[in-house]
Amino acid sequence: MLHLRKGLAALALSVAVLGAHGASAQGTLRIGMTASDIPLTTGQTDQGGEGLRFMGYTVYDALINWDLTSADKPSVLTPGLATEWSVDPEDTTKWTFKLREGVTFHDGSTFDAENVVWNLDKLLVEDSEQYDPRQSAQGKSRIPAIASYRAVDDHTLEIITKEPDATLPYQLAWIMMSSKANWEAQDKDWEKVAEHPSGTGPWKLEAFVPRERAEMVPNEEYWDKDRVPKLDKLVLIPLPESNARSAALMSGQVDWIEAPAPDTIPAMEGNGFVISSNAYPHNWTWHLSRLEGSPWNDIRVRKAANLAIDREGMGALLGGLMIPAEGFVPPNSQWFGNPDFKLTHDIDAAQALMTEAGFGPDNHLQVKALISPSGSGQMLPLPMNEYIQQSLAEAWIDVEFMVVEWNQMINLWRAGADDPAVEGSQSINFTYFIQDPFTGFIRHLDCDLVAPNGTNWGHYCDEEMQDLFKQIKTTFDPEEQDAILRQTHEKFVNDALFLMVTHDVAPRAMSPKVQGFVQSQNWYQNFSSITMAE
Amino acid sequence: MLSYFLRRLILVLPVAFGVSVVCFMLVQIAPGDPLTAIMPVDATAEQQAAMRAAYGLDKPLPVQYLIWIANLLQGEMGRSIASGRPVADEVFGAVGNSLLLAGAAAVIAFPIGTFLGFLAGYFRDTILDRVITALSITGVSVPNYWLGIVLVIIFSVNLGWLPSMGAGPGGSQDWHWDWAHIRHLVLPAVTLAVVPIGIVARTVRALAGDILSMDFVTALYAKGLGRGDVLRHVARNAAATALSVMGLQLGYLLGGSILIETVFNWPGSGFLLSNAIFQRDLPLLQGTILILAMFFVGMNLIVDVAQAAIDPRIKRT
Repeated sequence: MLHLRKGLAALALSVAVLGAHGASAQGTLRIGMTASDIPLTTGQTDQGGEGLRFMGYTVYDALINWDLTSADKPSVLTPGLATEWSVDPEDTTKWTFKLREGVTFHDGSTFDAENVVWNLDKLLVEDSEQYDPRQSAQGKSRIPAIASYRAVDDHTLEIITKEPDATLPYQLAWIMMSSKANWEAQDKDWEKVAEHPSGTGPWKLEAFVPRERAEMVPNEEYWDKDRVPKLDKLVLIPLPESNARSAALMSGQVDWIEAPAPDTIPAMEGNGFVISSNAYPHNWTWHLSRLEGSPWNDIRVRKAANLAIDREGMGALLGGLMIPAEGFVPPNSQWFGNPDFKLTHDIDAAQALMTEAGFGPDNHLQVKALISPSGSGQMLPLPMNEYIQQSLAEAWIDVEFMVVEWNQMINLWRAGADDPAVEGSQSINFTYFIQDPFTGFIRHLDCDLVAPNGTNWGHYCDEEMQDLFKQIKTTFDPEEQDAILRQTHEKFVNDALFLMVTHDVAPRAMSPKVQGFVQSQNWYQNFSSITMAE
Repeated sequence: MLSYFLRRLILVLPVAFGVSVVCFMLVQIAPGDPLTAIMPVDATAEQQAAMRAAYGLDKPLPVQYLIWIANLLQGEMGRSIASGRPVADEVFGAVGNSLLLAGAAAVIAFPIGTFLGFLAGYFRDTILDRVITALSITGVSVPNYWLGIVLVIIFSVNLGWLPSMGAGPGGSQDWHWDWAHIRHLVLPAVTLAVVPIGIVARTVRALAGDILSMDFVTALYAKGLGRGDVLRHVARNAAATALSVMGLQLGYLLGGSILIETVFNWPGSGFLLSNAIFQRDLPLLQGTILILAMFFVGMNLIVDVAQAAIDPRIKRT
C-alpha cells in the first residue's frame, strides 16, 4: 500500500513537473519581417505599422491600447496603462486619466504618472534632458491635440488639449511608455537604451544585432495575465526581399513571414504552409485633385470612374488576397454606415455618366496619374494600376501614368496636387493606415490640412465635411462619435471623393507548427497566444 | 621601388578628393528625402522643417559638403539618419561581412578561373578549349541574382542541404569558423564566384594562348626546356595582367555584390547600400560609397605595386 502511495505521489509529481514544463516551454517563433532593419527599440518605433507591431506593442504599452483579441470584429480601443479616462463636461479640453497600479517596467522600476509626464516631455519638450529627436520625429505628429499635461498624483494624469478633441484617446494609442529609471541607468544615453530597452510590455528585448535579428523573451510579470507570452522566445529577422522571405520560410529558417508575394502562395500552400489573412484598416485608393480645372471636380466623372472598375476581377491578379472596396473603409468597419452610392461594376452606367459630362467614344477624357512601382502597403501597384487603366479606358477615360520611386512618391504625397513636382498629375495612388478617425478620415479632406500643411493632397475643402469633422472632434460619447463617423463615411462614398479600389488583407505565411494565432483586424497583432507544435 | 610606391600613393590623393565630391553630389542629386525614413508621412511642414534643420539638411550643399569632409578628416563619418547608429560602425561592420563573402568567392573563383584559362589556352582550338570558353561565357552572361535564386530553390528549399539566408546562428557578430556558420557562406559565395571564374578564365586563356605563340617560347623549347619549365615562364609572363584583373575583380566582388547580398540577406556592404538607397539615408550612403570607392583605389594601388614587383618594366612607364 505504501509502495502504491509512493508510486502515485511520484506519478503526480511527474505530471505536475511535465505540466509546468509544458506551460512555460512552448518553443521559439522566428518571424521574417519586411522591414530592412530592426525597428527603433527605445519606445517610439520607426518603420511604420510594422515597427509598432513588432517592437511597440510587444515591448511597450500605451496608456490606451488596441484590443487585439478578436479576428471577427474590428479592433477597438481598450485600457492599457490607463484603466479609465474621462473629459471634464464643464471644460472639454481637460481630460483625466486613472493609471494602472502595480505595473513595473522590465528593469523593475514602477510605472506612475510622473513617468507619463517624463515620456511626453521626451517627445514634446525640446529643452528637456530626455528629449529624443528620433522618438520625437515618430511621436510628436501623432499627438497634435495635446497642449499641456501634469501628474495630479501617482496614479492620476491630467491632459489639456488645444481645443476640444474627442480623438485624443486614439492619438494616445500611438505613444509608447519607456522607463525613466532605465534611461538613467544607461547614462541618460538613448543609444545605450536602444541596446537595453525597458518597457512594460509582454515581451522583453533580450538581444539584438542591428539589421540582422532581435530576440525577445516573455515578461512573466506582465500586468495582463491573458497576454503573458506562451512561447520561450520570439525572434525577429529583417528580410526585405520577398523571394528571400519565401525561401527562408520554405527552407525552415523562419516559421512565419510577413507579406508573402502573391505568386508564391500556391507553392506555399501546396507544401503545407498556412496563409493567414484578415480584413484590417488599410486602403488602396486614388486621391483626386480638386484644384480648379481638374476633371475630377465633376461628380459624374468621379462616379463613372468608380463604376468602371471590376474589383472582383482584380482579385485574380492578387491571388484573392484583397477585399473589393465597397466604400472608403472596409465593408465590415464599424464606421461604414449605409452609403447610397454602390461601388458596382456597371460600365453602361459609367458611360451614361460620362456622356452626361460631355465625353464619349470619340471624345475621351485625358487624365494623368501618379503611381509608384513598389512601396510599403502598395500591394502590386504596377499591374493593379494597369488594370485600372484598362478599366477606365472602357469608360472613355485615358490615363497617362507618371511613375516615381516610392521615396519620391512620399514627398509628392506631402507636397500636394498643386506642387510643380507632380507635373500636373490629377491623382495619386497612395496607400495607408485608416485605423482611427484622424488617419481614416480627417487628414485626407480637412481644409486646414491642405498640403503641404497636411496630407489633404487634392486640396479638397467643403463646408459640410468640415462641420462633420468638427462634430467628430467634439462628440465625446464613443457611440455617438461612431454614428457621426458613419455619416462622414457615407458622404465620402456618396460624393465619390476618391477612386475606391480595394483593401489589403495583411497576408502572412506560416509553418503549420505555429498554433494559437488570432489575426486581429488591426495593423498590430498579439503574439502572446502563440505556441509552437512539436 | 619605394619612389614608385610614393609616386602612386601621391596620385591617390586627387583621386580620393574626386571620389569624395562625386559620392557626396551623386546622392544629393537623386530625388527623394531622407526624412521619409524617420518621420510619419503626415508630419506637418513645420515639423519637417525642424527636423531638416536638426540634421543640417537645410544648409547649402557646399556647406554640407565642407562639414562632411571636415568631420571625415577627423575620423567622424556622422550618424545614419534612418538608424541613428554611427555610420563608421555600420559601414565597417558591413564591409567586414562583404570581405568575408568576397574573399570566399575569390578563393573559389581565382584558382578555378586560372586553371581553366590555362587549360583552354594551352589546348587552344581543341574541344576542351571550346567547352571551357562556352562555360566561361555562360558564367559571365548568366545574371548572378537569378542563379542565386535557382541555387536557393534547389539546395535550400528542395534538398534542404544549405541555408538560404543570413550569416549564421546569432548573426554576423557571432561569426565562427565552424560548419554551422560556413554553410551560410556556401551558396552566396558560389553564386558570387561564377562571374569572376568566367572573366579570369577568359583573360588567362587569351594571355596563355598569346604568350605560347611568342618566339621566346619556341626558343625555350629549342634550348631543351621541358613542358613544365616552359609553362612556368608563360605563367610568370601572364601573372602581371592576370593579377591586375583579379585585383579589379576583388573590388567588384566587394562592391558589386549588392544583388547577391539582397537575395541571400547577407549583412554586407551591398545589402547596407541597397537599404540606404531606398531610405535616402544620405550619411550612410555617402559613407558606404566612399569606403567602397577607397577600397577600389587601394586595390588598384596594391595591384600596381605588385605588378611592378613582378614585372620591373612597369616601373619605367
